[in-house]
Order: sequence, then structure tokens, then C-alpha cells
Amino acid sequence: MVDITPADGIPPAEVAEVELYHPHGWWTKYVFSQDAKVIAVQYSATATAIGLVALVLSWLMRLQLGFPGTFDFITPEAYYQFITMHGMIMVIYLLTALFLGGFGNYLIPLMVGARDMVFPYVNMLSYWIYLLAVLVLVSSFFAPGGPTGAGWTLYPPQAIMSGTPGGQDWGIILMLSSLILFIIGFTMGGLNYVVTVLQGRTRGMTMMRLPLTVWGIFTATVMALLAFPALFVASVMMLLDRVLGTSFFMPAISEMGEQLQHNGGSPILFQHLFWFFGHPEVYIVALPAFGIVSDLISTHARKNIFGYRMMVWAIVGIGALSFVVWAHHMYVSGMHPYFGFFFATTTLIIAIPTAIKVYNWVLTLWRGDIHLTIPMLFALAFIVTFVNGGLTGLFLGNVVVDVPLSDTMFVVAHFHMVMGVAPILVVFGAIYHWYPKVTGRMLDETLGRFHFWVTFLGAYLIFFPMHYLGLMGVPRRYAELTDMTIMTESAHHLNSFISIMAFIVGFAQMVFLFNLIWSIRHGREAGGNPWRATTLEWQTPQTPPAHGNFGKDLPIVYRWAYDYSVPGAKEDFIPQNMPGSFGPSREPA
Amino acid sequence: MSVILVFLLVIAGFAGWWLSHQRLMAKPWLEQGLASDFVGLDRSALPTAKIGLGVFLAVVGCLFALFTSAYFMRMAVSDWQPLPLPRLLWLNTGVLVLSSVALHCTSVAARRGQIDTVRLGLATAGLTTLAFLVGQLMAWRQLTADGYFLASNPANSFFYLITGMHGLHVLGGLVALGRTTTSAWAGTRPERLRLGVELCAMYWHFLLFVWLAIFALLAGWAATFIDICRQMLT
Repeated sequence: MVDITPADGIPPAEVAEVELYHPHGWWTKYVFSQDAKVIAVQYSATATAIGLVALVLSWLMRLQLGFPGTFDFITPEAYYQFITMHGMIMVIYLLTALFLGGFGNYLIPLMVGARDMVFPYVNMLSYWIYLLAVLVLVSSFFAPGGPTGAGWTLYPPQAIMSGTPGGQDWGIILMLSSLILFIIGFTMGGLNYVVTVLQGRTRGMTMMRLPLTVWGIFTATVMALLAFPALFVASVMMLLDRVLGTSFFMPAISEMGEQLQHNGGSPILFQHLFWFFGHPEVYIVALPAFGIVSDLISTHARKNIFGYRMMVWAIVGIGALSFVVWAHHMYVSGMHPYFGFFFATTTLIIAIPTAIKVYNWVLTLWRGDIHLTIPMLFALAFIVTFVNGGLTGLFLGNVVVDVPLSDTMFVVAHFHMVMGVAPILVVFGAIYHWYPKVTGRMLDETLGRFHFWVTFLGAYLIFFPMHYLGLMGVPRRYAELTDMTIMTESAHHLNSFISIMAFIVGFAQMVFLFNLIWSIRHGREAGGNPWRATTLEWQTPQTPPAHGNFGKDLPIVYRWAYDYSVPGAKEDFIPQNMPGSFGPSREPA
Repeated sequence: MSVILVFLLVIAGFAGWWLSHQRLMAKPWLEQGLASDFVGLDRSALPTAKIGLGVFLAVVGCLFALFTSAYFMRMAVSDWQPLPLPRLLWLNTGVLVLSSVALHCTSVAARRGQIDTVRLGLATAGLTTLAFLVGQLMAWRQLTADGYFLASNPANSFFYLITGMHGLHVLGGLVALGRTTTSAWAGTRPERLRLGVELCAMYWHFLLFVWLAIFALLAGWAATFIDICRQMLT
């Protein structure tokens, strides 16, 4: 036991009151708001809206794959456009924006005990630039030639050639412009998230007392701030190649028998830049999910998180390691064997901190008082799904296994499991968990359970069979597979089955959306702290929290975020801002 | 990609230094109450805006490190023909140094509360920075007049791209400088003005450093330097 004198009566001195911006009218309160909570809702709503577009695109793709030749309007060009936009929207405009812009904005100030973000005006600007980026992206659907069909990785030279949909039309230009805008907007928001964690913490909230949610979002934002510039550089250079005829990425190449003016450019250079962003991006999405799921598990199992320190170190370690593994996406591009060996090794090393996290979640559950609430169900589903997707990642991290599997459905199954389904399950769990704080009402329980089981089992029925298709050799990125010898009768049946499951899971999301909207008015009153949680966002005087988050005085933090079921305490949770010593506080064992 | 990795190593060094002061070995589950030794851990004594600018500069540094990485990788292809740098760039460099020095003097004056010197310094910095930007545009015109177009060679493309990107960042800085200058005349509180001036000075010094680095890169000295390093290593 560290010798610390409990100092109960310390006044909240030294915490300089921030000059809080006060809205004057309806427009500045709800539209051009500088309140992080409103910005969070705006971010989430926009991300969900564009995510629905991506969901519909995935249905269209599954229509083609499951029932090839049935739908005339899905030409191969259209199929490539669906693939590209689905991937780009889901990874960047939905997941990144939702985790950092949505959850980051809502939870960081509340969880660290701040009144708002440190630069509210820049924060507001961040959202509006994000919205502009989304609108530019959407406009490409209506541009002549349609959106780009270059694949979400936008590899040159094909991305800007006439053979690719949108390559010589507006599609690729709008895509790259939208990405540039997104990165500018994100940088503004990201500065806020990082500096608020650094400087906005209330008295007593040391870094090692932060909830893991904040650690996850914080580290992911730092990574995003350092990784997105690579995508920015790649986008600007490709835009110049396309619009002004430079040769950054474009080699000497002829198109339709005609020599293009490009010369000597390096497509591999683009791949390096893209994946220098692209791999950290996986963890930019995963780390907030790791953090949130730790809090969900601890709260709903009424038990302190196992190995808090180790969890923090693992988050930081994963963040650092993820910058030195990017070339494992480029094994099939060819590289020096020693490079391949190096990147395979770093890739496999990441499994260590990740496995530590998984063990710690499981050990937190061990002998906990597990409440199978909906957030808990999603958290459990996440652990299972993440382990599944992570294990296939260990296969693919090895050069010799990756090369034959790289162009098959196995890869599609792998990344959907690990960075598609797993983070989305956490998003759902988090929404069921924090919705009562945002709206003051609970989401409907019955609809929620229906949503969970259909989504969880359905996602497995979609992506599990895909592994088998991939092992059979069924290639990805192909619009039409009917005439291939690989495609046996049973493989076709499996594809149709996957498609039908995709429609069912998609339908369950409509039920979820209905639940979200219906419960705003008709949900059960939640009260201030329905989950009896310890973290500061549940201790606000009003629910939903008012402008400025906390009452006259900011809370003072006396303990870490995981004092659940402490022996000797009156209740099975002790809020972080409750003074006094209880204990002996149980050391996780 | 070695340049960006070295840059990230520096960032990681900073992050590691900062993390090492956050008591990562603490056992928070055993520590209750408000310990006196926690007080220093709450937040940094630096103004929040300065830390924000510092984080932003790390992002900008990352951007230019990536451009540099791409430059070196593209340079290895045989069609690369370095372009002769216009002499004007030396003059521009001098002008940019001047504006940085002016802002440094301004922040010293702001610390002493000499409002007239602050106004003079801000105006000087603004004018010299504008002169720098005009000079850069003239250098561009000179190059195009001599037939070094954007798309005719990758060396040219990189020249326009990197100087353009640097110019855009200077232009963005001018917006902040303009706001600080107007507030210097409008009579803002001295401590507030001081912060604004110091932020501008910090940004200007950084952009000057970036300019010197990319000047060395575009002139080919950076490549020579790296070659020497490589020979020493092998």
C-alpha cells in the first residue's frame, strides 16, 4: 500500500476556470455549436448516415456475388465502384469519424472532468470540414462517370487511367479531394482530443487514473495525427498526377495503344505512403474499441479491470509497433526477403500486447458478477470475434502464407472480422451503454437483444464461410465468378447463403436505427447512473449533461476508474470523485 | 521511408520522455485520495495553446518528413534531372530569417511590455513574410520562364510541390499573425498579446527550420550529406 494521506477537504483550487463559450441562439446552440457533446452527436449522425450508404453498397455487392447475372444494373464497373466506396466509407468516414469524432468528443471532456474541449472553435470547424468531406464524397455518386472504382487502396497506375471507373472522370478527383478535406478536418479535431487529455484533466485525474476508454482514444488520436499525413501526401501527389500530368506515381505507360505523357513514376512509392497510413489506421480503429470494451466489461462484470497498468502499456506498445509493420500489406508487391522477414517479425510481435489485452479481459470476467446486459453481450461478442480475426491475422502475417492467400476471400474474411465486425460490435455496445447519458433514456431491451443476436450470429454466418471460400482459392475483387473452375456448385450455394445472411443482418441494423429514434421519446427513464458506474461522466448533476458538463465546481478525483465490489464499501461501486478511503482495495489477482 | 522513421523516432523519444513522467509504474488500485505528489501530474504549466501548437507542429513536421521520404525514393529512378535553383531563393531565405528574427525581438519586447516595439516587430514580420511569399512566386515564374515546368521532370514536380506546401503553411501563419497584429493595435490585455506573439514566433521559427531543411534537400546537399553518412556506416 502506497502511503497516501486521504485529503478529503481539499478545495478545488488551482483549477483555473476556463472561459466557456456560451451560445446565444438556436443556431449556435444546436447547429454551429462549440459544445463537444453537440459536435459528438453531429459527428455520429453524419457517420451513421454515410455508413448506411456503405451498408446499401455492400448489399448491392452481395446481390452480384450471391446471384451472379441476375441483376443487369450491376455491371462490373458498378461492382468496382461499390467495393471502393464501401471500403473507403466504412474505414475512414464511418469508423474513424465515429470512434474519434463521435465517442472522442462526447467522452473525453466528461471522463477527464473538463467543461469542454480546450479549443472549442477549432473543434466545431473540424466537424464542418468533415461534413464537407462527406458531401464531396457523396457528390461523386452523381458526377459524370460515377465514383471511383479503383479499390479502397486507390493503387496507381490503374486508379487514374481510363480503364478504371472514374479514373479519367470526376470520380478519383472527388475521392482524393474528399480525403484531403477529411484529413484537414480530422487534424483540427485530433489536436483537441490530444490536448484536452493532456491539459484538461481535473484535479487528481492523473494519467494512470484515466479510464481505459480515454487511453484508447488518446493513443489512437496520436497515431492518427502521425499517420494521416501519409495519406495526405499520397492524395496530393496522386491528384497532381491526375490533374496536372506529373509523374510521381505514374510509370511510362500506354493506354489504348497510346503512350501517356507520364514517365518513370513509382507505384510502389504510393503503396509505401498508403500503407504507412493504412496499417496504423487498423489500430486507430481498434484501440478506441479496446479501451471502450475494457470499461464495458469492468462495469458490467462489477469487477475491477485486471492488470490496468498492463492494459495501458499494451495500448501504448501496440500504437508504437503499428508504425513499423506497414509493408506486410505489400508482400505480393515483391520485396527483399530480409524486408519481408523484418515485417513478418514485427507483425507477429504485435500479437503479444494484443494477447495480453485479451487475457486481461477474460481474467476480468473470471469470477466477476457478470450481468448479461446488452453492452456486456456486445463486449463478449467482441472478444470472440477479435480473437478469431486476430488468429487469421497471424497466418497472413507470414510471407509464405500470405502470398497464396492474399488475393482470395480469406483476406476479406480476415479484415472484416478483425477491423470490421469487431469494432462495430464495440460501437453498438458503447451506444447501448452511453445512450442513457446522451438522451436520458434507455434503449429498448427487447429490440436490443434481437439486434444483438441477429448481428452477432449473422456476422459469423457471413464471414466464417468466407474463410473456406478463400482457402478453396475463390479470388476477391472479381465481379463475376460463374465460369471459374474453382467455383463448384457448393461454393455458389455458399455465396448465395452469405448474401441472404447479409440482407438479414442489414435488416437488423434498421431495427437498431428505429430503436435509436424511438427511444429518444419513448424509452424508459434512465436516471443519472443506470449502470452504477464509477467514471465521471455518470456523476454529472444533470442527465443529459448540461453545457459545461459539471455543476459549479469541477469534480475532484480521489481514485482510479475501477473501484467495483470493493470490500467494506457500502455499494458495489465507488465513483471516482468520492472522497474517503475504502479497502483494502483489492489487488487484481 | 527512412526519413519519416527517424522523425517518428524523435517523436517517440518525446512521447517516451513525457510518459516516463506520468508514473506508469503506479498501482492506481492501491492509491486512494488526493496525494500531494500527484499535483504536479495534473497538467503542464505551459499554456494550453502552446502545447496545442506543439502538437500541431509535430503533425506538420510529419508531413514534410513524408514529402522528404517520397523525394528520396523517387529520386532513385533514372529519369530524375535536378533543376538549377534560382539565386532568388537565397534572398528569400534571408528575408524569412529576418521575419523570424523580428518575431523573436517582438516576443522579447512583449515580455517586457513595450507595446510600441511589439507593434513595430509585428509589422516588420508581416511585411518580410509577405516579401518571402512574393519572392517564392517570382522564383516559380523564373523557373517556368526557363522551361522548368511542373510536369516535365519529377525533380521539378517535387520542387513546386514542396515549396508550395511550405508557402501554404506560411500563408496560414499570416492569418494568425494578422489577428495578433490587429489585437496589438486594438489594445488587448498585455498577457494575452504576449501569448499570441509567442505562438507566432514559435510557428515562424519552425517554418524557418523547415524551409532551411527543404532548401538543403532541393539544392541536393541533403542527399550528399546522407551519402556521407551512409559511407561512414558501411
